Amino acid sequence: MAELMTEKHVKYILSVEKKKDDFESVVMEHLRVNGAYWGLTTLDILGKLDAVDQDEVVSWIMQCQHESGGFGGNIGHDPHILYTLSAIQVLALFDKIDVLDVENVANYIASLQNEDGSFSGDMWGEIDTRFSYIAICSLALLHRLDKINVERAVKYIVSCKNLDGGFGCTPGAESHAGQIFCCVGALAITGSLHHVDKDLLGWWLCERQVKSGGLNGRPEKLPDVCYSWWVLSSLIMIDRVHWIDKGKLVNFILDCQDKENGGISDRPDDAVDVFHTYFGVAGLSLLEFPGLKAIDPAYALPVDVFAAASNHDGMN
Amino acid sequence: MNRGVEEERARIPMSQRPEWADIRPVPQYDGPNPVVPIAYTDEFSETMDYFRAVYLADERSPRALQLTKEAIFLNSGNYTVWQFRRLILDALNVDLHEELHFVDQITKDNSKNYQIWHHRRWVAEKLGTQIASKELEFTREIFSQDAKNYHAWSHRQWVLQALGGWENELAYCDELLEDDIFNNSAWNQRYFVVTRSPLLGGLEVMRDSEVAFAIKAILAKPENESPWRYLHGLYKNDVNSLVNDPRVASVCLDVLLDKRDCVHALNMVLDLLSHHHQPSNELKDAVDAVSPDPKPSDSNFAERVCSILQLVDPIRASYWRWRKTSIPAQD
Repeated sequence: MAELMTEKHVKYILSVEKKKDDFESVVMEHLRVNGAYWGLTTLDILGKLDAVDQDEVVSWIMQCQHESGGFGGNIGHDPHILYTLSAIQVLALFDKIDVLDVENVANYIASLQNEDGSFSGDMWGEIDTRFSYIAICSLALLHRLDKINVERAVKYIVSCKNLDGGFGCTPGAESHAGQIFCCVGALAITGSLHHVDKDLLGWWLCERQVKSGGLNGRPEKLPDVCYSWWVLSSLIMIDRVHWIDKGKLVNFILDCQDKENGGISDRPDDAVDVFHTYFGVAGLSLLEFPGLKAIDPAYALPVDVFAAASNHDGMN
Repeated sequence: MNRGVEEERARIPMSQRPEWADIRPVPQYDGPNPVVPIAYTDEFSETMDYFRAVYLADERSPRALQLTKEAIFLNSGNYTVWQFRRLILDALNVDLHEELHFVDQITKDNSKNYQIWHHRRWVAEKLGTQIASKELEFTREIFSQDAKNYHAWSHRQWVLQALGGWENELAYCDELLEDDIFNNSAWNQRYFVVTRSPLLGGLEVMRDSEVAFAIKAILAKPENESPWRYLHGLYKNDVNSLVNDPRVASVCLDVLLDKRDCVHALNMVLDLLSHHHQPSNELKDAVDAVSPDPKPSDSNFAERVCSILQLVDPIRASYWRWRKTSIPAQD
C-alpha cells in the first residue's frame, strides 16, 4: 500500500502560496469560511489541529457573522446557510460553540424553512436539498432542532427520492452522490432512515465504484476523490459500506496525492486543492486508514468533536 | 478570466477614472494572521476595494451596476457581488432581457457556477413565460458542450414546471440519447417528462412504448446501467408486472446468448427469480454458458446466478454474496 504523506499535507494546508498572480487563490476569497472548515478538519483528522492559533480563527470567524445571525463566507459578505454550517463546525472543532448566541443563529436558520418543508440558502430563495442537510446538521449541533418543522423537512427530502433509491437537489432531479449524502445525512440525524430503501440505494452507491477503484457521483461519470466522502459516508449511514472494495478505494485516494508538495486532487495527476485534500483524508478516515482520527459520517466532524458538541447544554 | 467585448481595451485603474474620484476604496480585512491566506492581483484588489465602498454605502447606481459586472468577470463565484447586483437591478428597473444576455456571456466559461445559475433563475422568473423557449434553447446550448451539466438540468426542469414548454421535451430526450445512450441525465429527464408532462397522459399510458424504448437501448449496449434502472422505474409500484412482462426475461436471454457484457442482465435475472419468476431451460442454459467457472456448484439456480456475478463483477463481490443470502425460498 502507498503511504499517506501526512507531513506534506499539513504543510500544504498551513502555507498556501502567496503568489500575486495566483487566480486559483483569488476565487476562494468569498468562501474562506468553507476553506477553513476543510483545512482545519483535515488537520484535526491528521492530529495537527494545534498547529493553528485557535483564538485568531475564532475571532475571525465571529467577524463573519451578520446581525441576522447567519454567517458570510468571509468578513463583509452576506449571510448564507452554507457558511453558517461551516462556521458552526469550525467552532465545534475548537469546542467553542459556546461563543455563539445560539438563539440568534438558530433563528436565522429556521427562518429559511419554506412552507413545503424545503430550505432556502438565504433570503434570495434558492432551494436545494443541500440546504435541508445544512439546516438540520447545524441545528442538531446547536441542540435546536425544535426550531424547525422536522416532519415537513423530512417530507420534502423524501419527495426528492428517485426510483433508483437515490436523491436529487429537488423533486425529479437526477440522483447524485452529493445530494444523496445530504439527504441521507439529514434523515440519519432526524432518525428518519426508515424512508430509505437501503438495499436499493446501497446497490446504486456501490455501483459508483469503477475499475480503478475510485468512485463516481453518477452513472458513466469519471471517478473523483470527493465522492470518496459523499458515497462512502452514505454507505456507512445505511450500513452497506462492505459492498464496495475498500482496498481499491484506499489505493485510488492515495494515488491522488501530490507526493512532492502535499495536497490531494480530484483524480491522479491533477492539481491539488484544499477541498479534495479534505475529502480524500476524510474518506481514508472512514475507511479506517491507520493513524487517522475517526470522523462521523453524518456530521462530517471528528467523532470526539461531535461527542463534545453533544454533551453541551444547548442553553446559553 | 472572461471578459466581454467592451473590456478588451486596456483596463484603466479605478483610481484614474474621473467618475470614481469621489469614492474612498475599502480594503479587504483578513485579520492579523489569516487562517487561509490568499494572494491577490492588483486589479482584483482595486476592483474589490471600490466594490466594498459602494456596497457599504448601499449605492444602487449605474456606475455601481457596471462595477459589479467588472467584479463578476474577475470572480464569478462571489455571491455577495451577485446579490448586490440584484438589488441595483431592482432599484434601477433595468431591462432584464439585457441582463439575460450578460448572464449568457458569463455562463459559457463558468457553466458549473451555482451563483450564475441562481441569478439566471431570478431573472427568468421575473421575465415569466415569454422567456421559456429562450431558456430551453440556452440549456440546449450548454448541453451541446456538456450533456450532463447538473445545474443546467436543474434549470431546465424548473423552466418546464414554472414556465412551460413541454411540447418537444420527449423528442429532445430522444436526440440526446441518440448522441449518447449512456447519458444518465437524459434518461432521468425522460422519466421526468413521461411522469410529469401535462401533454403525455402519464406513466400508465406511456409505459408500453417506453418499455420498448428501454429494451432497444439495452440491446444496443447491455453494459449501460441506465436503461436497466429505467425499466425498473417504469414498473415502480407494480413489480409483479415487471416480472410478468415477457419482454423483460426475453431481453435478458438475448443479452446472455450474445455473450456480451452480462452483469446487468444477470442482475435482472436475479431480480426476476426473487419475485418467483420461473426461468425457462433456455434461460438457465444461457446463464450457465456465461459462467467463468466450468463446474458451478450451486444446485439452486438463483444461487448459481449470484456465484457467477461474484466472478464477473468481482469489485462488488460482497454485494453479490449478500444477494445470495437474501434470495427468497423457492416454491
